[in-house]
Amino acid sequence: MGTTVNTVTGQARTMVLNMGPQHPATHGVLRVVLELDGETVVKAIPDIGYLHTGIEKSCESKTYSQAITLTDRLDYLAPLSNNLCYCLAVEKLLGLEVPKRAQYVRVLLTELTRIGSHLVWLGTHAIDLGAMSVFLYCFREREEILKILEFVSGQRMMTSYFRIGGLALEPPTGWLVRVQKFVDMMPARIQEYEDLLTGNRIWHARTKGVGTISAEDCIAMGVTGPTLRSAGLAYDVRKAFPYSSYDEFEFDVPTRTEADCYARYLLRVEEMRQSLRIIRQAMKKIPAEGPIRTEAPGIVPPEREKMKTEMEALIYHFKIFTEGFAPPPGEVYQTIESPRGELGFYVASDGSPKPMRVKVRAPSFINLQALPKMVEGRLIADVVACIGTIDIVLGEVDR
Amino acid sequence: MAEPQDIEQHEVVRRLRAWDPQAVAEVREFRGEVTVVVPREHLRRAAEFLCGEPELGFTHLSDLSSIDRYPVEPRFEVNYHLMSMSRKERLRLKVRVSGSDPVLETVTPVWPGANWPEREVFDLFGIRFEGHPDLRRIVLPVDWEGYPLRKDYPVEGPR
Repeated sequence: MGTTVNTVTGQARTMVLNMGPQHPATHGVLRVVLELDGETVVKAIPDIGYLHTGIEKSCESKTYSQAITLTDRLDYLAPLSNNLCYCLAVEKLLGLEVPKRAQYVRVLLTELTRIGSHLVWLGTHAIDLGAMSVFLYCFREREEILKILEFVSGQRMMTSYFRIGGLALEPPTGWLVRVQKFVDMMPARIQEYEDLLTGNRIWHARTKGVGTISAEDCIAMGVTGPTLRSAGLAYDVRKAFPYSSYDEFEFDVPTRTEADCYARYLLRVEEMRQSLRIIRQAMKKIPAEGPIRTEAPGIVPPEREKMKTEMEALIYHFKIFTEGFAPPPGEVYQTIESPRGELGFYVASDGSPKPMRVKVRAPSFINLQALPKMVEGRLIADVVACIGTIDIVLGEVDR
Repeated sequence: MAEPQDIEQHEVVRRLRAWDPQAVAEVREFRGEVTVVVPREHLRRAAEFLCGEPELGFTHLSDLSSIDRYPVEPRFEVNYHLMSMSRKERLRLKVRVSGSDPVLETVTPVWPGANWPEREVFDLFGIRFEGHPDLRRIVLPVDWEGYPLRKDYPVEGPR
């Protein structure tokens, strides 16, 4: 905030324009200070922090289990991805192994979340570039995903459904029927979006050749996710550093080489199809019965039934929810592939029941750094396309 | 946890030691993650070596973060989480920084993506990065007093 812009050129003909923090195309409260020469961007300086809520500091005063609810609020379009990454990090710290059944449910739900997140991206990106109807269709399908999440976890968005050691609840009877219905419906719907956009000349004009960035720049800036893959590098954490049994699933990592907004659009659409593929496999893999939480007395809450009948279970239950549990001193760094790129959690323990430090490696934060590279030398209208194509969530950028 | 000899056998550690024994102060392994503690004055050189050496190829700085171990001195640790796409491997570089002189050399010339993360560490911990092209507060207002993620900064704000 309070950025002072030093004009690079120092010429009288350039003017400085504030885009945001209140601007519909900045997807939240991002401010971009633009130095303009006519309609051409000479210099762009993103200014963030308007949504800083000190989540990392708050985590230090919560127990490990309580902090899960804060992770939902980071990337609010893919809350389950954050839950997953944080839980994996703490499980690594504790050395816990999660039952396969819970792992597959986690995979299924995070892939649903990925589709949901990509739908919001596609809808808002399209509306930014003037295609209103796509937005309405995307939100129609996203609603179905939110209904499934509500059915499973009781919450539409801030699910906190993944817990340390497994899942919060046994998934309700019949949930897979709903997922099946969604999976059957979705391919035709994705085709609908493609019919509206892929061959659309206006869409081509607004996205082809816009927001290009080279693979070298991506690596240097630490950019990951669809932006990196649009530059030809098939880096996906699910393949490179598999977690939660992703190595047992068959799916492709689509790449393009054009590295423009259009390539990233095609990639995300293809990623939705790949996610559907993973969901279909996960539905077959999930056993009908089995534990959803690992057995770890004093760390993972016991089953309700046991708590009512066994003294030890009741004591553990009470202790977990009052004072929490204390992992051994140490530090871990866990990454996953969130819809936006490589999401990382660094969790350090000093042997007390509260984390000493939780650091979120937010993909949006790192990817947003590449915005000036994408827009400098181009028109203002392209800034809108570029902000959209990076797919930022300000909750995650500012934390 | 692995025995100390095993960590010494780790290829990246061996290469670092062979390159400059002075540059490795300590090596640790925890939950399969390798941490190399580097003395402050060797940080930049070690970064250049790890990024530039083609067979190591730690060209990707995944994350840069800090932790405050107050009242232990040196209180700060800055962690560089590196990733090598070619080796499919991660490495944590760690530098200890004292509270009385919280200054580090920037790694932005090695990994330009360190720009914002270094600003964030400066903003929230008050560690200065020498040679950083644009060291300003990033998430807090410019007139903010104090460094919120320090352990001696109360959660409710300054008192």
